[in-house]
Amino acid sequence: MSRMAISTTVNGDPAEFLCDPSETLLDALRSSLGLTGAKEGCGSGDCGACTVMLDGQMVCSCLVLAAEAEGRTIATIEGVAEGSVLHPVQDKFLEFGALQCGFCTPGFIVAAKALLERNPDPDESEIRYWLAGNLCRCTGYDKIVRAVQAAAAQMRQEGATA
Amino acid sequence: MNAPENPKTFKVIGTRPVRPDGVDKVTGKAVYGPDFTTAGMIHGAILRSPHAHARIISIDTSKAEALPGVKAVVTSADFPGQESKVVAAGETSSNLQHIASTCMAQGKVLYIGHAVAAVAATTKAIAEAAAKLIVVDYEVLPHVIEVEEALADGAPILHEGMITKGIEPAPTKPSNASASFTLHDGDVDAALAASAVTATGKYRTAPVHQGYIEPHACVASWNADGQGQLWISSQGHFDLRNQTAAVLHMPIGDLRTYPLEIGGGFGGKTGIYLEPVAMLLSKKSGRPVRLTMSREEVFAGSGPAPGVVADIIIGASEDGTLTALKLEFWNQSGAYPGSTIHPGVMTALGAYRLPAFWARGWDVLSNFAGTKAYRAPGAPQIAFVVESCLDDLALKLGMDPIDLRLKNAVVPGDPGPVRLPHGKIGYVECLEAAKAHPHWSAPLGPNQGRGVAGAFWGNYGGQSTASVALASDGSVQVTTGSPDIGGSRASMAIMAAETLQVPYESVRVTIADTASIGYSMVTGGSRVTFATGKAVVVAAREVLATLVSRAASLMGVTEDQIVWRDGAAHGPGEQVLTIAAIAGKAGQFSGPISAEAAVNPLDYLPAFAVHICDTEVDAETGQVAVVRYTAVQDVGTAIHLDYVEGQLQGGAAQGIGWALNEAYLFDGQGRIENPGFLDYRMPVASDLPMIDTVLVEVPNPAHPYGVKGVGEAPIVPPLAAVANAVRDATGKRFTQLPLTPDRVYAGLKASA
Repeated sequence: MSRMAISTTVNGDPAEFLCDPSETLLDALRSSLGLTGAKEGCGSGDCGACTVMLDGQMVCSCLVLAAEAEGRTIATIEGVAEGSVLHPVQDKFLEFGALQCGFCTPGFIVAAKALLERNPDPDESEIRYWLAGNLCRCTGYDKIVRAVQAAAAQMRQEGATA
Repeated sequence: MNAPENPKTFKVIGTRPVRPDGVDKVTGKAVYGPDFTTAGMIHGAILRSPHAHARIISIDTSKAEALPGVKAVVTSADFPGQESKVVAAGETSSNLQHIASTCMAQGKVLYIGHAVAAVAATTKAIAEAAAKLIVVDYEVLPHVIEVEEALADGAPILHEGMITKGIEPAPTKPSNASASFTLHDGDVDAALAASAVTATGKYRTAPVHQGYIEPHACVASWNADGQGQLWISSQGHFDLRNQTAAVLHMPIGDLRTYPLEIGGGFGGKTGIYLEPVAMLLSKKSGRPVRLTMSREEVFAGSGPAPGVVADIIIGASEDGTLTALKLEFWNQSGAYPGSTIHPGVMTALGAYRLPAFWARGWDVLSNFAGTKAYRAPGAPQIAFVVESCLDDLALKLGMDPIDLRLKNAVVPGDPGPVRLPHGKIGYVECLEAAKAHPHWSAPLGPNQGRGVAGAFWGNYGGQSTASVALASDGSVQVTTGSPDIGGSRASMAIMAAETLQVPYESVRVTIADTASIGYSMVTGGSRVTFATGKAVVVAAREVLATLVSRAASLMGVTEDQIVWRDGAAHGPGEQVLTIAAIAGKAGQFSGPISAEAAVNPLDYLPAFAVHICDTEVDAETGQVAVVRYTAVQDVGTAIHLDYVEGQLQGGAAQGIGWALNEAYLFDGQGRIENPGFLDYRMPVASDLPMIDTVLVEVPNPAHPYGVKGVGEAPIVPPLAAVANAVRDATGKRFTQLPLTPDRVYAGLKASA
């Protein structure tokens, strides 16, 4: 099986890797690039633990072929914080205890950040439906929804004062 | 959220600090089971049975071995033979032969998805391709799935020669009923006959999976000198080490096991599946080997919770005093003995005063993966049966369902499930809190109904080791062997900080590998904050005693002249020595300040919970929506409020999924038709409302800070709370879970 050479941008930096034609973007991120923050919970796009941004679109990286990343821009959980400064969504997940085991957390944070960039003031239903593609088995979602609401409020305030 | 007023003088307990492992987990840095790699690591794949029940005639691995890149192939022939011996296995005990057979079929396959052979190769793709080249010749046998099929005359027997345990006289004929367990007191039939009112029903639930988002994964390295290492995501790396060593006939000391972060377990990661296979692949290949499960493998090859078929009748006098309870249930247990009939029986008997009772559970085997512990193992199903029946009884009596429960609820001193008196429990307090909650009296909308259910879980203590060591600047290192599955590092840090009266942030918590701290049992049985927490407090108190002693010596006074306050020794004449000052002078004393405690506390107490649920039922589609939910629980003392509330909310959500959506669906061949998250429908964010919590605190007097286990009890009431709410909304009693739209629609049609 001949391997394909892929050039892409990950979290703002150029990144290159070799992949099999059948390999998923998730596998390439985790194995070739060492970015294990995106998780495989199902491999079928049902749990959202592998959520990343591809050219600004939220995708399940287990449903994207690694070769499709050629020339495109990827953002993963590893790029959400700016250096050691956490994103408000990350801060509020910690402050609200919105994680228990933490395995689904990277996917939720990437998805929540995408929501708040699109809609800075979502109501509870909008948050719940936006995050309906991310499974959490530990929390019952209550504290996750509250953390996203609090992050939205903080970001609106920061936006207003910026 | 109703965080309790804290009348005690705690400084750190009952607060909400950020967990010590938090930043790693929100930035993607935390290393979970499938994330770990080590130098030279290769990849394994497992070949699994396509048959629900078959004899393995032969296995030809030659084509797989010939594939370039393949480094090792393992079959059951590579496993050492096992004697029939019962050993500790997580929260329960299992026969060693069954533990080994769970990892790889020995002679017979017992379910679709049963591991038959394994390959290790330089890439996962080669390993998977090679596994497909293994030729297995099967003699296919008839299989059974439902309890009634498994118990029918002439049913195929999974374990040849198996005689039901717990029945006198012992049956002479082998069957699929592995065991029976009965508790009884008084003449239950006479008491029922004399009762003014009785309620009865036949109930049924399906097998459900724990549904942790992280599939099983491990990396194994087994060297030529016999020493091995395992990196695993589990609920207890000590117990999984012990099980693996037992299966492989290794000295336990030769198997060092490292805990990785665990992505959920709920009981399902208390036993071994991949570990001995990975070890054997490593031994044969001379390389570290990673084995992981796909989601489909998790559903087919790891343990669900048993389904239940149950008959119940409960009697009461006219004033609502319970007179008798009679229950018989059959666990649909999967391929191996040992399902949860004992806790099932106890669930029926521990919450209410019962003048007469008879409760019997049967462990019935069938051809799907052997069931495993799932959060309060065995209790949710039986609480569904009992609490639904109580709801019917309240209706017949014309009583408020909380009042019926209050009238009969056990109080301290009343007989517990095995007739020993209950200790300082808080069921009445929970029922009263539920009744007083605004939810209970709030108006309902159209097509809505309200249900309530109470229940308890016995909790556990168990063995734990912890150490507390001070650095020269007074910072505190806490080390345990209890994997952190839901924030327990934070709870340990809080209890150490409270004991030493130091800031929470000066305490750091490590979960050590098996070579770095003594044994701790699995994270299960709601035991870690209770038992491991007790070990941490005992060790911290010993450290504190050393600090006081050394402070006295440094000040030239006696210990009784020292008052320890705010992390410092206060002596006569306003002398003050901080923890840092004392720790920094360790070189002047007999050595560094550190203490280890090993405990096995037996004075745990059960947790009681009461849940209120509002549902809205769409009569045109049968769709049930949970529109409001409140979980009340006696938590003893809440150590970290967020993670206590989170346990109540998460348990409620899992229970709602069990009630409304989740079930294994089998086709005629014994194949699971829904082995993925699309069709095995766990609750998502848009399915649920906020889940309100009420923390009732009736402290356990035997724990230094009053802790009772919290994690499991919240999954016990929801099944009945939801079903009772649907009963209230529709006027129809549904006795079979899950309450899927087709079932509800058909039920409403039939009664219309």
